[in-house]
Amino acid sequence: MLSTRDLVLSALFAALVAGLGMAPPIPLGFLPVPITAQSLGVMLAGALLGAKRGGLALLLFVLLVAAGLPLLAGGRGGVGVLMGPSGGFVLAFPVGAFVTGLLAERFATGANPIRLFAVCAVGGILAVYAGGIPWLSVVAGMPLEKAALAVMAFIPGDFIKAGIAAFAAAAVRRAGVLPTAHA
Amino acid sequence: MLGLYLHRDSVIHRLGAGVKMGGLLAATLAVLALPGALGALAAGLLGLGLLVAAKLPVGRVLRELRAPVVMLTLLFGCQALLAGTGWAETLAAVARFAALILLATLMTLTTKVADMVDLFERLFSALRPLGVNPAKMALMLALTIRFIPLLAEQVREVRMAQQARGVERNIAALFVPLLVKILRLADDLTAALDARGYDPTDDGRHT
Repeated sequence: MLSTRDLVLSALFAALVAGLGMAPPIPLGFLPVPITAQSLGVMLAGALLGAKRGGLALLLFVLLVAAGLPLLAGGRGGVGVLMGPSGGFVLAFPVGAFVTGLLAERFATGANPIRLFAVCAVGGILAVYAGGIPWLSVVAGMPLEKAALAVMAFIPGDFIKAGIAAFAAAAVRRAGVLPTAHA
Repeated sequence: MLGLYLHRDSVIHRLGAGVKMGGLLAATLAVLALPGALGALAAGLLGLGLLVAAKLPVGRVLRELRAPVVMLTLLFGCQALLAGTGWAETLAAVARFAALILLATLMTLTTKVADMVDLFERLFSALRPLGVNPAKMALMLALTIRFIPLLAEQVREVRMAQQARGVERNIAALFVPLLVKILRLADDLTAALDARGYDPTDDGRHT
């Protein structure tokens, strides 16, 4: 059963992922490409809200993208983007948040950034790429291993995001403002 | 509501969202079942026909297709060079997906976000036996749409505050206050919903 607070939290984090897509990309200084923060939202939703509410938040986000709101980074949206080469990554966002949340609930309940980093990496990178790479492989008609090779360039940036998500989630947990599940 | 919808007075615009979504699904399956060039040709002609029927600006819509076509051409081009696939096949494969993306883009441009959300709500009702609560999903979609400008504003505010302190390159300095703000906001919003008599046990059935 979803409480009123669960509904509000899922909707707020769905809107946060959208808001992160609208913000100008954040310059990191040591990386030549500024990072877009949207997949960071996937990790944060999972790590802070848990599997159910985090997965739901990203499901809402994907539904609104499919409905035609320009919420993806760069103002893209619509069913066409979801069907395109990179659509699998977006469709896998809810799974990524769910897996991050599931692992966080089991293995990273405290404010330990190392554990949170591992959880964010598995949920926010591994699970998302596990959806994105086969999709790319089908859309682009290329063998799976070549599709995997094609997206390797994005992995370092994603590990940085997992690090940021882990530190932010740890700090928020230490701040003690996090609502417990099913309060 | 801000969306990608482009208003025109046309038959295509007036078609129900469900009809268009079903048509897109059927067209996608048909194109994927047909051999490459034939499917691409059929979907491309269908797309162009619908584009004209919907009275949309052809140039602008085709410009939307530029990014995916460039990406697909690069992907297939690499593959053609590496694996020695024929150029004709490569071209057919790119054309096939470009045509499908055209059809999907048309669906987005001719259907209001509100109509799409209504369609989702009807689909949620069909999923009720699986434990989906359509009233809650509908409320959450509406809340999210309402919260998007609010959150975009919060992101901007926190970034400006950090810039003023000269710590805009410190990512933790951006996300921690933002998340704390959001979690506090959740308390207020929950209280506001409860105070207005929102009943989370209501399953949306009007009995």
